[in-house]
Amino acid sequence: MSKVRVLVGTHKGAFVLESDGKREKWDVSGPLFTGWEVYHMKGSPADPNRLYASQTSSWSGQVIQRSSDGGKTWETPGGGPQVGPGGFPVGESNKFVYDTSAETGKPLTTHQFYDGTQHPWEFKRVWHLEPSLTDPDTVYAGVEDAALFRSTDGAHSWQELPGLRGHGTGPEWQPGAGGMCLHSVILDSKDPGRIYIAISAAGAFRTDDGGATWKPINKGLRSPYIPDQDAEVGHCVHHIAMNPSRPGVLFMQKHWDVMRSDDAGDSWHEVSGNLPTDFGFVIDVHAHEPETIYVVPIKSDAEHFVHEGKLRVYRSRTGGNEWEALTKGLPQSNCYVNVLRDAMAVDSLDQCGVYFGTTGGQVYVSPDAGDTWSPIVRDLPAVLSVEVQTLP
Amino acid sequence: MIRVELPSHLRTLAHVSSEIRLEVEGPATQRSVLDALEARYPMLCGTIRDHVTKQRRPFLRFFACEEDLSHESPDAPLPDAVASGAEPLIIIGAIAGG
Repeated sequence: MSKVRVLVGTHKGAFVLESDGKREKWDVSGPLFTGWEVYHMKGSPADPNRLYASQTSSWSGQVIQRSSDGGKTWETPGGGPQVGPGGFPVGESNKFVYDTSAETGKPLTTHQFYDGTQHPWEFKRVWHLEPSLTDPDTVYAGVEDAALFRSTDGAHSWQELPGLRGHGTGPEWQPGAGGMCLHSVILDSKDPGRIYIAISAAGAFRTDDGGATWKPINKGLRSPYIPDQDAEVGHCVHHIAMNPSRPGVLFMQKHWDVMRSDDAGDSWHEVSGNLPTDFGFVIDVHAHEPETIYVVPIKSDAEHFVHEGKLRVYRSRTGGNEWEALTKGLPQSNCYVNVLRDAMAVDSLDQCGVYFGTTGGQVYVSPDAGDTWSPIVRDLPAVLSVEVQTLP
Repeated sequence: MIRVELPSHLRTLAHVSSEIRLEVEGPATQRSVLDALEARYPMLCGTIRDHVTKQRRPFLRFFACEEDLSHESPDAPLPDAVASGAEPLIIIGAIAGG
């Protein structure tokens, strides 16, 4: 019987939640990496036992953890079980250095800071890890200050794909409230050279040559916090999502506005429709129905909690514009949590499961595509990310 | 022999449960001690000082002999009591909550 493994990153460690295909009874393990922020964990599609985790701290910087046994044991790649002279572990996995070399890199320029002045690029943390679809040892890392890195040796070493940061528009990129983060990475299963990424607040970008060159894909976005509504960059994209079976169709939760593109991001149009508010962070697509999408509307950019004190997932079965509130099993009064941008995921069981975590520490599951919900756990630290693996 | 105390989250990362004892070649300075520490525990690279600039991470401090050495030159000699192993070099997180 199939089962699922839910990987939860929180403000103070990580948790692994496992269940069979019914998704009714859960085993909860953790916390892992206690006391550290775990921005993201994700498993390799090519080897479900290979997991990567971004463990980070304002005090002590960035660490990448790796598991090769489905999360039972972890190592800093090159360290852990490998033992050096004297019996001590060896290896490091936390070195993210922007490529400024004349041969392969781009000069480290400046970006726009909150006050409009220019500010130097500074590495702060890894927001998102995206394992390759085909190679367990290849993984991409979206980082703050915004750049994309890749490892091809199981996260032992990292190299920047400098064509993105060096696109030329960098001086117009600016941090959102959470920092200038590259938070979304989507790999195209049908075109290995095509990758989509999104940055807050620069916008979405696409490469068609494996990361060597990039183009902004923000036409159609409207953002009142930048002076030129037709600006190529500067938009605060919160998250993008795509159904793997239909790689040209993208959905976006922008700062305000839910957007859709049918041409691989070359143009966008708004599909917020009848949502009670179109501010939000998460967006995801049903595993088997590419026109079924999910968002969690948040009251406003100043009030980062759900609208009217009610935790409601909104589902559209028409690819946007027409939305229905999904409330069964979710608190409908006195609820003031947020759902952060990487904190929603879908499994690929026949009856698609939907998962999301809140800043109040709850992780909810719907085993029936959103019709009904129940909490898997209620009292974790604030949830930063949720991913799910569907296992045989 | 130099004694080094790490904050608890770095002890966990380095798989050590107590104070670390290091042999340091040449004069005992912040730089030479951290070089030796990172050589023995590579997973600590980048967690105490920047990978490239080697500057102390701003939320970590260096204490020894009841003094704050955080703003001393990384190449300044550490107190004799630290160099002799009588007192530890304490690496501590700034008391900023979190």
